[in-house]
Amino acid sequence: MSREQELLIIPKTYKNYVGGAFPRTESGRYYKLNSVDGKHLANVCLSTRKDIRNAVQVARKAQASWQNRTAYNQGQIIYRIAEILSGRRHQFEAELESLGYSKEVAQLELESAIDLIVYFAGWTDKVQQVFGAVNPVASHHFNFSRQEAVGVVGMLAPEAPALLGALAMLLPNMVAGNSSIIIASEKLALPLCTFAEVLETSDVPAGVVNILTGKKEELVGHFVSHMDVDALIADPTLSFELRKELEVGSTSNLKRLHFWATGCTVDEIHSTGKSVIENMAKSAKDPYRILDVQEVKTTWHPISE
Amino acid sequence: MGKRKDGPISVSKLFFKRLVRTINIIMSQKKSDSSTMPIHWEYAHAPESTDHVQYEMQYGLFIDGAFSDYDPSKSFDSVNPATGELLYQCTQADEKDVDTAVKAARKAYEEHWGSIKGSIRGKYLYRIARMLQERAREFAVLESLDGGKPIRESRDIDIPLAAAYFFYYAGWADKLAYAFPAKKVTPLGVCGQIIPWNFPLLMLAWKIAPALACGNTVVLKPAETTSLTALKFCELLQDIGLPNGVVNLITGPGQTGEYLVNHDGIDKIAFTGSTGVGKKIQQSIAGRNIKSTLELGGKGAYIIFEDASLNEAVEGIVNAIFFNQGHVCCAGSRLLVQEGVADRVIELLKQRMATLIVGDPLDKNTDVGAINSQNQLNTIQRYVDIGLEEGAECFQCEGNIPSSGFYFRPTLLTNVSQSSKVVQEEIFGPVLTVQTFRTTQEAIDKANNTPYGLANGIWTDKGSKIFHVGSQLRSGVVWSNTYNKFDPTSPFGGYKESGKGREGGVQGLAPYVHLESNVEAEI
Repeated sequence: MSREQELLIIPKTYKNYVGGAFPRTESGRYYKLNSVDGKHLANVCLSTRKDIRNAVQVARKAQASWQNRTAYNQGQIIYRIAEILSGRRHQFEAELESLGYSKEVAQLELESAIDLIVYFAGWTDKVQQVFGAVNPVASHHFNFSRQEAVGVVGMLAPEAPALLGALAMLLPNMVAGNSSIIIASEKLALPLCTFAEVLETSDVPAGVVNILTGKKEELVGHFVSHMDVDALIADPTLSFELRKELEVGSTSNLKRLHFWATGCTVDEIHSTGKSVIENMAKSAKDPYRILDVQEVKTTWHPISE
Repeated sequence: MGKRKDGPISVSKLFFKRLVRTINIIMSQKKSDSSTMPIHWEYAHAPESTDHVQYEMQYGLFIDGAFSDYDPSKSFDSVNPATGELLYQCTQADEKDVDTAVKAARKAYEEHWGSIKGSIRGKYLYRIARMLQERAREFAVLESLDGGKPIRESRDIDIPLAAAYFFYYAGWADKLAYAFPAKKVTPLGVCGQIIPWNFPLLMLAWKIAPALACGNTVVLKPAETTSLTALKFCELLQDIGLPNGVVNLITGPGQTGEYLVNHDGIDKIAFTGSTGVGKKIQQSIAGRNIKSTLELGGKGAYIIFEDASLNEAVEGIVNAIFFNQGHVCCAGSRLLVQEGVADRVIELLKQRMATLIVGDPLDKNTDVGAINSQNQLNTIQRYVDIGLEEGAECFQCEGNIPSSGFYFRPTLLTNVSQSSKVVQEEIFGPVLTVQTFRTTQEAIDKANNTPYGLANGIWTDKGSKIFHVGSQLRSGVVWSNTYNKFDPTSPFGGYKESGKGREGGVQGLAPYVHLESNVEAEI
């Protein structure tokens, strides 16, 4: 036996991440992903409406307790993700390279991703101070406005950058107190599936972040029609038809819909990856995105003897 | 936050408190004595004079700083809801009129308003605020004539608050950089704004003041039944010399609003009205890169805990549901009362409802005025009928109501369940449903169990309970030990299907601006 045969690598089965577990899609459907040199990399779940429904259910369950954690605790949990990711960054870089990234761009994406996590970890206990308000009403009342989570948020991660694009959507939502359901990039799905393992081994409570793979054109309709989803985030690089479907469909229960420029095409990553990621890393550090996925609650109380 | 004072109380205060308590006991004994012989207070008719108020019988549209001629071929009537008689006639803006208005707004935005200094914009807004204050009585009378609300409310709430919103946002016009740290702030352009009939001038102020402060121009459509104060407001704009085209007014029914929403020349739609129409608007602007704020329906819960001050809580209910005939999107239309005090609260409420005066909106004694239109009166009656069919018990206060005009008695529906139509749907009238609860969690669950999330009220003497319950209620406003309070500095708006975006406060600026990153420092 050759040494290569003896050390036969054990390929990973890539699955969804829902409620802190790694289920396959209930449909049993999949699509194949190959590496740039044409080798089979993975059979990726083609999620369906049922998978979305399951994910929304666990996300709803997890949301209140995530929101009710102290800001300090939330900050530490998010920071912990950076610690774990940092320890496994070479695995991610290798995975990105197998998908056609240059070594330099893969390293840059990991650095930027870790940075972005640390950046948002620091916002958890500052949002109220910077964006909340005590309002000087012209009557004998104490009146204050607080930022609160909008609830359960669905996200359509951009096709690229594979990890950074999804994190640019996820992190403002975690800080906001929301629970998230992310549809991974279709062509570069693997790094986000692997990121689920990072979440699983950090301290993020089950159900707060859920990751599904599949085809966006199949899943958008199920997202917009679901009456227990409070907001949706997508990238403007999405096709006009899908964007319009989102805008029309999200009126079903007045979902908050935001297009955040967090991504680019897979081709752009291969051609101008460095500058794209540098720009993305910068524009993703925008605390106003946290406000997009929050509600303002204003409370009044009389002042009297 | 509770009503009790924990600190030391001086001897004299203690004595005073005891004295008050003694008097209260004597009074309550008297009250129970008199329960067999109810006292009827007679109020002499005290009408507000309409002598000094002038308005035209016919109005055109206000576009580019001038009123167009009234067009009898496109006329619609506005009646006085207190009598059902014709009050004035308006011109219904058609597609061409809307186009002219939007173009005038665009021109004003590009040539002037969008680029002048914030301090200048602010000065115009200050002038508007001051002029509204000067002419407050006139506007109050017109508002009551046109919409049917009691003069006491239009005089003490609608008009002064409208002026206050202009005064507040006037001050923001040259301070926008401080509202949005690390962002460069630019206006949106032309804003289409559609407002309802329940607070005509106040809603106009909520819409126009922040839009203009941020450097936008406006095309505004008032509700079909209440155009009068908006038209008078445009006269006021001529008096203060607001540049032409900055504010344009198009009157008409829903169709006029549709023309505005579908016009390609608008950058933003702000709408206050029903959730159904709000969803339609959102669909119409899909794919068109138009910003929107929606201020939609509500079904506010009014939660009374056993430890609340019941007399104050009952007074609060009256304000929560009978204010403005219940034509309030944030009305506390669902009473949730803890079981132990439910009977007492209902008894007190019925006693209080018996004293409400329903009638002439221009009478200063009137508590509940006229329903805004025949249509709305029919809607309210239909809902009460549905409630009765579903098994509700109905209590209405007695007493005379005018024989002509649109009036509805303050109404209490008991024996309703969470799934009752009258509990789930917005009635927009003086109709209160009553449910009970045992535990705090049950109150929270019931309060949150509608598609709406605009406002809720909590009555308890326990501060920690207010913060706990308040944090769990899914609504944009929480009134604790008070209800239906509004202020320009206080953001207002809904969760869930009650809308999106906030009006009022620093948060009320965000819907009217573009933000770009302005962070130069290394991050």
